[in-house]
Amino acid sequence: MRAFEPGDIAQAAEMIAAAAAEGQGLEILAGGSKRRYGRATRPPRQLLISAIRGVVDYEPSELRLTALAATPMAEIENLLQGAGQMLAFEPVHWRAAFGEGAPTLGGVIACNLAGPRRVRAGAARDHFLGFAAINGSGEIWKAGGKVVKNVTGYDMCKLQCGAFGTLSLLTELTIRVMPKPEASCSLIFPGLSDDDAIILLTQALNSPYEVSAAAHLPAAAAARCGFAGAVTVLRLEGPKPSTAFREEALLNLLPGGESLGEEKSVQLWQAIGAVQPLAPVAETCLWRICPTPSASPSMLRDLTASFGGAEYFYDWGGGLVWLSLSLDETGPDGGAAIVRKAVAKAGGHATLIAAPEQLRHSQAVFEPEPAPLAALTRRIKANFDPCGVLNPGRMQEGF
Amino acid sequence: MIQMPLPDAAVLARRAAIVEALRAIVPGDGVIDAEAGRRVYESDGLTAYRTLPMVVALPETTAQVVEILRYCNREGIKVVPRGAGTSLSGGAHPLADGVLLGMGKFKKILEIDLPNRCAVVQPGVTNLAITQAVQNDGFYFAPDPSSQIACTIGGNVGENSGGVHCLKYGLTTNNVIGVEIVTIEGDVLRLGGKHADVSGYDLLGVIVGSEGLLGVVTEITVRLLPRPPGARALLIGFPDIGQAGDCVAAIIAAGIIPGGMEMMDRLATEAAEAFVHAGYPLDAEAVLIVELDGIEAEIAHLVARVETIALAFGASSCRISHSEEERLLFWAGRKAAFPAVGRMSPDYYCMDGTIPRAQLGPVLRRMEQMSAEYGLRVANVFHAGDGNLHPLILYDANKPGEMEQAEEFGNDILRLCVEVGGVLTGEHGVGIEKRDLMPTMFNKTDLDQQQLLKCAFDPGGLMNPGKVFPQLCKCAELGRVHVHQGQTRFADLPRF
Repeated sequence: MRAFEPGDIAQAAEMIAAAAAEGQGLEILAGGSKRRYGRATRPPRQLLISAIRGVVDYEPSELRLTALAATPMAEIENLLQGAGQMLAFEPVHWRAAFGEGAPTLGGVIACNLAGPRRVRAGAARDHFLGFAAINGSGEIWKAGGKVVKNVTGYDMCKLQCGAFGTLSLLTELTIRVMPKPEASCSLIFPGLSDDDAIILLTQALNSPYEVSAAAHLPAAAAARCGFAGAVTVLRLEGPKPSTAFREEALLNLLPGGESLGEEKSVQLWQAIGAVQPLAPVAETCLWRICPTPSASPSMLRDLTASFGGAEYFYDWGGGLVWLSLSLDETGPDGGAAIVRKAVAKAGGHATLIAAPEQLRHSQAVFEPEPAPLAALTRRIKANFDPCGVLNPGRMQEGF
Repeated sequence: MIQMPLPDAAVLARRAAIVEALRAIVPGDGVIDAEAGRRVYESDGLTAYRTLPMVVALPETTAQVVEILRYCNREGIKVVPRGAGTSLSGGAHPLADGVLLGMGKFKKILEIDLPNRCAVVQPGVTNLAITQAVQNDGFYFAPDPSSQIACTIGGNVGENSGGVHCLKYGLTTNNVIGVEIVTIEGDVLRLGGKHADVSGYDLLGVIVGSEGLLGVVTEITVRLLPRPPGARALLIGFPDIGQAGDCVAAIIAAGIIPGGMEMMDRLATEAAEAFVHAGYPLDAEAVLIVELDGIEAEIAHLVARVETIALAFGASSCRISHSEEERLLFWAGRKAAFPAVGRMSPDYYCMDGTIPRAQLGPVLRRMEQMSAEYGLRVANVFHAGDGNLHPLILYDANKPGEMEQAEEFGNDILRLCVEVGGVLTGEHGVGIEKRDLMPTMFNKTDLDQQQLLKCAFDPGGLMNPGKVFPQLCKCAELGRVHVHQGQTRFADLPRF
C-alpha cells in the first residue's frame, strides 16, 4: 500500500493529476471514520488529506462557516458551540456502533449524513453552500458561493454531497450554520406497537407544534437505551416559553406521554443518531433504509417474517429505519434480495452500511439503479474522473 | 445588449416537416404553427427581449414529451421548456430555430398524501394552487415567489425559486423531494420520491435550478409543511440604512430566524406607500419588516425581543401588527413594491444579486454613486435575512440608449455583488440575462465542470441552449480537458 500525504491543496492536485496519468486509483482518507460506509474497495494507493484542515472563515451573523475538508467535526462543533450556533442537520457520530477515527467536515458532506433533526431542518445537502475541489484530472475548481441564497449555475453542491468523493476531492467547504435553540426537551410514549407509534409520530409531525425529531424504539432497541419496553419519542426545541407551551399542547393532543428532561433528552437523541439502540454491530449486517414513512411498519413486517432475529428502530417519523440482521440468518447476500424487495414495495432505498468487508465488496451497497439512470451515473463519473482515480468502486462496482 | 446564437438555417428550412412531425405526436391544437399563435410565446418575464419561436408544442402526457424529445434529439432540433413564462432572467426565452415546449397542460394535482406530508403534482400547476389545495387541512407549500399566483411549480423547479419566507423555510430545492424528468434522449428518470434523500448521486438536487438545460420535468413531489398557527409582523423605521443592516445582523446573532425579514430603502418605501397607503414611515431612510410565525407563546416572546433589538439599534419607529389585517397591510406595500416603483417610471429593470449581509452598507453607498454616474434612479428592495438584493433601476425605454444604460448599470451592480463576496443571482436564475457575467464569478475551469455535468445529460447541447453559459461547448472535446491543460480551447467556436 502506498500512501500520499499532500501538505496542501496544490500538492493534492498534483498527486491526483499524477495518479490520473498513471491510471491508478486513490482511496481518499481524512479521519477514516466512514470506511465502512460504501462499497469495500481498496485502491492501490491512499491519499491522506489530513493536512488540509482548519477553519478558514466563520461569520456567526452571516450564518456561515468555511473550513478545509479534513477539519475535525469536533473542532467545528466546539467553535459553533462557543457562538451559540450549530449545524442544523445534526451530524451524527457512528463511532459507538461501528467505525473508528474522527469524522471530518469533508466526510460528513461527501456522505450527506444527517441526524434526527433531518425531519425538521433537512439533510447535510440542504446546508452546503459552496466549495472548492479537485476533479479526477487534478484540476482545481469551485462552485456555489458563501451566501445562503444562490442560484448561479447548476447546484454542484448537491452533486458533490453524497458522491463519496467519487467526482471530486472536496478541499474547502462553506456550510450554513443556525442558532442553537434556547431549550430542548422530549416527550416519551411507552409501550406502543410499531403501527401505533408511526401513527403517533405522524400526528405529531403533522401538528403545528414544530417537532424537531421523532423516533420509535421497539422493546429490544429501547432496552439498549435503558428503557423497559418500547418507547416512542418526540423532541421539541426553541425558546423556553415556546417549548413549554408545545410540550403541554402535544401531551393534550397525544395522550399517554410523559416528559423527559433536557439532559436525558440530549443523551437519548445522541444515542439514536449514533445507532446505539443496535450497538454493537460487529457481527451483523446493518442496513440503513429510507422508506416512504407511512409504509415503514408494513415493510418491517415483511422483513421480520423472513428474519426472525432482526433488530431495528425508526427515526425521522418512520422515514429512516436502521435494521440489524444476523449473518446466520441472511445468507451470503447479507439479506439484500429480501431487503430490496421489501423496500421497493414500500417505496424508498436501502444501503448496506456495516457488514463484513467481503460482503460489502460482493454486494451492491447502494440501491441498484434502473438502466437509464445507471448509464447517466456512469457518464457523470466518467466526465469528472475520466481515469477512474477518485475512490473508484466506492459507490458502484467497476467505476 | 444580449445576443442569442444565430438560428440554424438548415433547421429553419425544414420547418414545415418539423411541424408535421410534431403534429403526429401531439394531435389537435397541441402544435401551434400560425404566427399569431406563436407570438404569445415570444417573451417571458424578461420582456425587453423577444424572439418568435419556430414552433410551439403543448404536450399533455409524459409519453408525448418522450416522443417530442426523441424526435428533436434525432433531428438535432433545439428545445426550450416553458411553464407560465414568468422568468425574470429569460430562462424561457424562445429560440427562432427551436421548439418551444409549453408544459401548461400538465396541470393536475395527482395526489395529496398528508401522512407523508407531500403532494405529487404536474409541472403546470401554479405555485399557489398547491397551497390552496392543502390549506384546509392546515398545510402549505413553503416557497412563495412573488409571482406565485401565475408561476408554475415546474418553473420553480427549473429556477430553484425562493420567496420572502425562504430564510426560515428554504428554497424550492429544500422543498422538493422527487421529480420525474425526461432527458433529451427520451429516457424517463424518477429521482427521489416520497422518501428521504436519494440513493446514488443527488441528481434530484442537480435538476432543481438547472434552468431547463438538463431535461424536462414532468412530475414533482413537493414537501408540505403544517401551517404555523399564527404570525405577527413588526414594521420598523430607521434613520440610517446602515443601522437597519446592523439590526438585521443583531436579530440573527440573537438566535432568531424570522419567518420573513425584508428591507426597503427610502425610494422604494415612498413608492410603496403612495401605492397602498400602509402607513409606512416616510421619514425613514430604511424600513424593515420582520415577521415572526409559530405558536402565540413563541411569537409574543420573539416580537418583544426583536422590538428591544430594533430600539437598541436606533429605530425611529416600531409598529407591531395587532391583527391579521394589519399584518397583511404591512406586507401589502412590500409585495406591491415592484408595481409601485413601476408607477414612478415608464420602465424598471429588476436585479437579483446576493451579498454577505455585512456588506449591505458599503454596497448601497456604491450603488448611490453609480446611480449618479449613470443618471438613473435606483430603488432597493432587499430580502435582508438572506442578503438577497433586488435593486430596481428606473429608466425609459423610449429614450434612445437608456435601456442599454440600465443594463450596464445592472451589470455593474452584479459585478459589485461578486466583488464583495456575493453572487450574481439569488433566486431569479442566470438565463440569458446574466449569462455573459458568469466569468466574473467563475473561471474557465469552473465553467468547464458545469459543462461536464451538462454533457452527461445532453451531449448534443439541445436543451435550452444560449442560457446560463456564455459559450458553446463540444462535449467530446471537454472530456479530454486534462490533456489540454493551460491552452485556450475551442478558439474556433463562435461566442455569443
